[in-house]
Amino acid sequence: MAYGRGAAAVKAIEDVSLEIARGEFIAVVGPSGCGKSSLMRLISGLHPPAAGALTVEGKPVDGPLKSVGMAFQNSNLLPWRNALENVLLPLEIVEPYRSGFSKQKYAPKAKSLLESVGLQGFSEKYPWELSGGMQQRTSICRALIHEPEILMLDEPFGALDAFTREELWCALRDLQAARKVTVMLVTHDLREAVFLADTVYVMSARPGRIVKRRDVGLPRPRDLDVTYTQQFQDIVHELRGLIRG
Amino acid sequence: MDRRELGIKVVSPALFTVALFVVWEIVCRALNVPLTILPAPSDVFAALWQYRKPIVDNSWVTLWTTLAGFLIATVFGLALGIGVGWHRALYAGIYPVLIGFNSIPKVAVVPVLILWFGIGEIPAVMTAFLISFFPIVVNVATGLATTEPELEDVLRALGASKLDIMRKVGIPRSLPYFFGSLKVAITLAFVGAVVSETVGANKGIGKLMLDAQASFQVPIVFAGLLVLAVLGILLYAGTAAIEARFTGWAFRGQANR
Repeated sequence: MAYGRGAAAVKAIEDVSLEIARGEFIAVVGPSGCGKSSLMRLISGLHPPAAGALTVEGKPVDGPLKSVGMAFQNSNLLPWRNALENVLLPLEIVEPYRSGFSKQKYAPKAKSLLESVGLQGFSEKYPWELSGGMQQRTSICRALIHEPEILMLDEPFGALDAFTREELWCALRDLQAARKVTVMLVTHDLREAVFLADTVYVMSARPGRIVKRRDVGLPRPRDLDVTYTQQFQDIVHELRGLIRG
Repeated sequence: MDRRELGIKVVSPALFTVALFVVWEIVCRALNVPLTILPAPSDVFAALWQYRKPIVDNSWVTLWTTLAGFLIATVFGLALGIGVGWHRALYAGIYPVLIGFNSIPKVAVVPVLILWFGIGEIPAVMTAFLISFFPIVVNVATGLATTEPELEDVLRALGASKLDIMRKVGIPRSLPYFFGSLKVAITLAFVGAVVSETVGANKGIGKLMLDAQASFQVPIVFAGLLVLAVLGILLYAGTAAIEARFTGWAFRGQANR
């Protein structure tokens, strides 16, 4: 994949191959600018590949995938919609929900999703009335409402403070455990990657390549305390050694 | 509205307006300004009362021609703005023509309109329309063009069509721009209607003032100006109220202050 054209083109990533099993939680880590986000844009079909093949479930990707739910570093909530309406947005776009969409019909579904991330009673609030962490929770709910095959998170907690971030790790952990959704998380926070993922992929600096695949192997369910164990620290340390920059 | 807000929003403009009239009155009396140069407020209000019947009749004509022109401008401006914002080729093609058209002083167009439609209300409506659609087009197009790509990405990642993105993100996102431009457009439409009336019409505040001026009835001219100012404020306030009703989300900062 490349940005720009001709000689001026910047090669963002090269020769990347990764496999995600259904229900698996993978994390992609790497130094900033290594093409983590590009990889995500590629897989989701937001950006076409310059060369090579990209297949999801054996089918080539030639446009945005309907079976993907995405959340970004910024919550990107629509400011004129309240939390509930923001979460309902994908259902107004994606089939089969789109035909015969009505707010009343799907509101309970969206509300229960919001409740599952601890946002009961906030569904009528507008984005600016929510804290950064709440906005991000809402954004993740929006990525999940249409029951995608794979949830893609691009540094979703990057803009949050440390405590809120850990709180959201747990929210995401529980959400994934409950719904068995496949997750691909792009992050530069190694602790986050190790705490949440089954498998961590390490990418090198530009052009991005995958230099290491590491199984985390920590038993689930994981508690935040696990992050203070020697085993956890060792994995983080090992991954840190692979990233220069 | 608490007491402090009431003081700022109602009492202070009222006091300022009254003070303005008082100073005006004092200056006229102290310097003994002739009635034909600058009538004192008392003379103006007297004229306003004495000629209330023709003033109300003519105000009504100005008001409806303004609103009719404004309404056409709103529909046309919104449609053209969406079209221009939709497609870059359309934007590139239409924009220079629009700017050129907007640069023509509309007073210069009125004689042509009178030639086409005859003396009457239609040239006033047309002038109001022609003068006021431009800011609407520009604002709607700007609102669409400045939509954050991240917001569009959210929809694109779901496989939304361009029409979907326009409906769910582009248009709601540009509504504050649209309503903001209506405040400018309504004042312009009003100016357009009155200008047209002063060039050639048989009714309207502009025509009334023109006749009064011809017969040196200066207090009536000033009464006309006063009516125009009040109507202008009312029209502006009306559009501002509509704006606040529909795009409250964009003004959250002010609501909390």
